[in-house]
Amino acid sequence: MPFYVSPEQSMRDKADYARKGIARGRSCVALQYAGGILLVAPNPSSALHKISEIYDRIGFAAVGRYNEYENLRKAGVTYADITGYQFDRHDVTARGIANWYAQTLGTIFTESPKPFEVEIVVAEVGARPAEDQIYRITFDGSVTDEPGFVAFGGQADQVSAALKERYSDDMSLSEAFAAALAALSAPGNGERTERTEFAAAQLEVAILDRARDHRTFRRIRAARLEELLAEARSAPAAEAADDSSDAAPPGAASSGTAPSGTPPTGTPPTGPTSSTGPSSPSSPSDTEPPTGPAPGGSDRGTGLDGGSPL
Amino acid sequence: MSSYFDGSQPGPFGGGPRASGRGQGASGDTPSGFLGLQTSSFTDFLAAHSPGLLPGRVMPAAVPVPGADPDPRVPGQAIRDLPHATTIVAAICDGGVVLAGDRRATAGNMIAKRDVEKVFRSDEFSGMGYAGTGSVGIEFVRLFQVELEHYEKMEGRSLSLEGKANRLAFMVRGNLGAAMQGLVVVPLFVGYDEDGGRGRIFSYDVAGGPYEEQRFYSIGSGSLFARGALKKLYVDGMQPADAVLACVQALYDAADDDSATGGPDLPRRIFPIVATITADGFMKLPEAEAAQVAEQVIRERLTNPDGPRAALRNG
Repeated sequence: MPFYVSPEQSMRDKADYARKGIARGRSCVALQYAGGILLVAPNPSSALHKISEIYDRIGFAAVGRYNEYENLRKAGVTYADITGYQFDRHDVTARGIANWYAQTLGTIFTESPKPFEVEIVVAEVGARPAEDQIYRITFDGSVTDEPGFVAFGGQADQVSAALKERYSDDMSLSEAFAAALAALSAPGNGERTERTEFAAAQLEVAILDRARDHRTFRRIRAARLEELLAEARSAPAAEAADDSSDAAPPGAASSGTAPSGTPPTGTPPTGPTSSTGPSSPSSPSDTEPPTGPAPGGSDRGTGLDGGSPL
Repeated sequence: MSSYFDGSQPGPFGGGPRASGRGQGASGDTPSGFLGLQTSSFTDFLAAHSPGLLPGRVMPAAVPVPGADPDPRVPGQAIRDLPHATTIVAAICDGGVVLAGDRRATAGNMIAKRDVEKVFRSDEFSGMGYAGTGSVGIEFVRLFQVELEHYEKMEGRSLSLEGKANRLAFMVRGNLGAAMQGLVVVPLFVGYDEDGGRGRIFSYDVAGGPYEEQRFYSIGSGSLFARGALKKLYVDGMQPADAVLACVQALYDAADDDSATGGPDLPRRIFPIVATITADGFMKLPEAEAAQVAEQVIRERLTNPDGPRAALRNG
């Protein structure tokens, strides 16, 4: 160990270290749509989550080192629960939580020998799109307000640029998911050099559903996720192919994903879409509640399906 | 500049509950951090971090009242005059359980409130009612709701129904000190057990529990009358709608004989709170439906004031 290190050097080294760690992983995206906020992360694990619920209208997404952001997630949940209990559920805000994360990460960055290699997004869904909030907190405790959409972690700049081309206000869930998927699949994300084709099992997807009472966080898995993937892939091929050239206006892209049975060009084979049959009649279970690592199966136990609000 | 490296200040990891038995960390009474938590129990976290927020706290200075009993173990008049809440009934039905409660809160001989809600959703598949001091009961309900939700968010799964019943027992036990000073709260906990596909009822005493009850149960000042009614009305495997009717009959009988239990208030449209918990989750009966059931009961009582007659002999 050197006898003396200048503070600038020390901080710069820590920052470089953290940035490298974060850039090594895959990117994550969070974006607004008409019905709420969509969070998408490439995640092959079904037990370890990058995206989680913090409170009624507040969601959490993170990239970087799992044990570090998992710790932060739990702390954030505790902070939110204690605030909601001491005061009222309405008094828990994403802004408060984002500030708390900023303080915590800032302290860790300054005082700890090794900074946390994490980047966190805290999103809150409002009663109307204008009231939605998305905050991004970096490893050193800087907070930024990211209206509309944000890509973070991995090759965030490239994914962000791809997302910007496809994003527009008031998209439907399908359109938003298609935009997110296209941005994440763009070459250069992570260490891949060509387009990635994501299967449902490799994605973690969740929404903050504006229309729900009480707890708005819902994971999208299994059949419902397959549906969304099929809809996204049946968008016009021209849309899917161009990442760097002039993007087709988002309106044109979204018309290709209209729900009225897009012209099947050999895509959606009956495999993934047939599994949507049994689950479609029961609307409470089409977006499954955020519990339990096992996809499908008997992991119920959360959510307000049919219950009265607290 | 001191930092948590030299132990003089808590860092983000300092303080806070490390393991359920250990309470505060090495930094003594400095503010605790939320990181590095070992417990997923919100109640345990509060006990270590902010014990003042737990329902069981009683400020010793607040209890003595001029002219009140000098023995601190005997509840003073101020505490005796706190609003108390009164009859809760639960009945297991086919595929779930029904929970119902009356709406009256009394303070001494006065009706303190006509439209108290004593039946609450704890989470998607469970609910609770309480008897005892209204304000402390409300705190219990809130804390228990947060406890269950907190565990679920931390662990990514819900507690088992037995786990929930046990957590509530811990909370009741934690309130024992306050209960002995007069701030008694006794809950009745019901839930739908997804593994067994059936409803279950758990009762408690002042020092905890839980006791699992079969078929039906009731708590509160009117519970003896309600239980007597349900003894004659209850049928094993009854449908939820019938169980609801039986519970409303039982509450009516409790109100008939216990001044601290309120019957349906037709002029003001105040009816018992009734909820069913089945595989579809916790569902509170909308006011219109609760009104329908209550009005049906009252209509029949116009001709048979003591309610439906049970057969004297079997067969």
